[in-house]
Amino acid sequence: MRVGVVTFPGTLDDQDAARALRLAGAEAVPLWHADHDLKGVDAVFLPGGFSYGDYLRCGAISRFAPLMTELVPAAQAGLPMLGTCNGFQILCEAHLLPGALVRNAGLHYVCRDQRIRVDNASTAWTTDFAEGQEITLPVKHGEGRYVADAETLAELEASGRVVFRYAGSNPNGSLNDIAGITNEAGNVVGLMPHPEHAVEELTGAPGVDGRGFFSSIVRKLVNA
Amino acid sequence: MARVIVDVMLKPEILDPQGQAIARALPRLGFSGVSDVRQGKRFEVEVDGPADDAAIAEVRKMAETLLANTVIEDFVVRVEG
Repeated sequence: MRVGVVTFPGTLDDQDAARALRLAGAEAVPLWHADHDLKGVDAVFLPGGFSYGDYLRCGAISRFAPLMTELVPAAQAGLPMLGTCNGFQILCEAHLLPGALVRNAGLHYVCRDQRIRVDNASTAWTTDFAEGQEITLPVKHGEGRYVADAETLAELEASGRVVFRYAGSNPNGSLNDIAGITNEAGNVVGLMPHPEHAVEELTGAPGVDGRGFFSSIVRKLVNA
Repeated sequence: MARVIVDVMLKPEILDPQGQAIARALPRLGFSGVSDVRQGKRFEVEVDGPADDAAIAEVRKMAETLLANTVIEDFVVRVEG
């Protein structure tokens, strides 16, 4: 199982992403933003950070990176893709996911352990969770408030495409407490929290709840 | 050479916490009578030729493609002069 990990200029979490994938038994394949080569990967992880310094809007420049011209059609054709934090912002800017992520309602950059409820356990990245299960993952972002127009929001809710919701308090004021969503096919998932930072007890993370993302995709690829 | 201006604003229905923070700061500085502030972005695009209809159409395309995210933002294109 080869899972690509994309690095843009300013990406920070690619090493943690690769490590999390390796711990789950996958081979982490580095993908470089300026290449046109997906290296035959079976899935792709867009990690967090501050690609292009968040200039213009978070993810706005990354969306037009050469690699994205390969990634967008591949995602539309069903390639499993996970975007966390800045990766989620890039997926929205690229219109692989609807809506957008804007500045936190409280203006503060929020860095804390956050409880999250899994509302959809049938996407490529969430089958190892149970619907309604609460997990704890780190969040660290200043622009994580999910917004979409009323029609899009109603469609997401009606079709079960809200995958994660903040439980307890909402760190950023996102609409309907949305922490993560998926596309219609369920292969593309984006969320603000960081599963790749919660895979080992040793690193002081709140736990190992992030492992479920990577075991889910590995199981899917093994069975494919 | 001509300058084409693109003003980008968050759509009215999108909460603008930056604008709110500015609005709250103004009375503390002695500025009264301000009911609301919204913060946006201004782009100054220098085009090589004249700012004719074709050039303005091209800048509008730039705005739709990159300068604004039309999911959350509105934009206005105008020629400075």
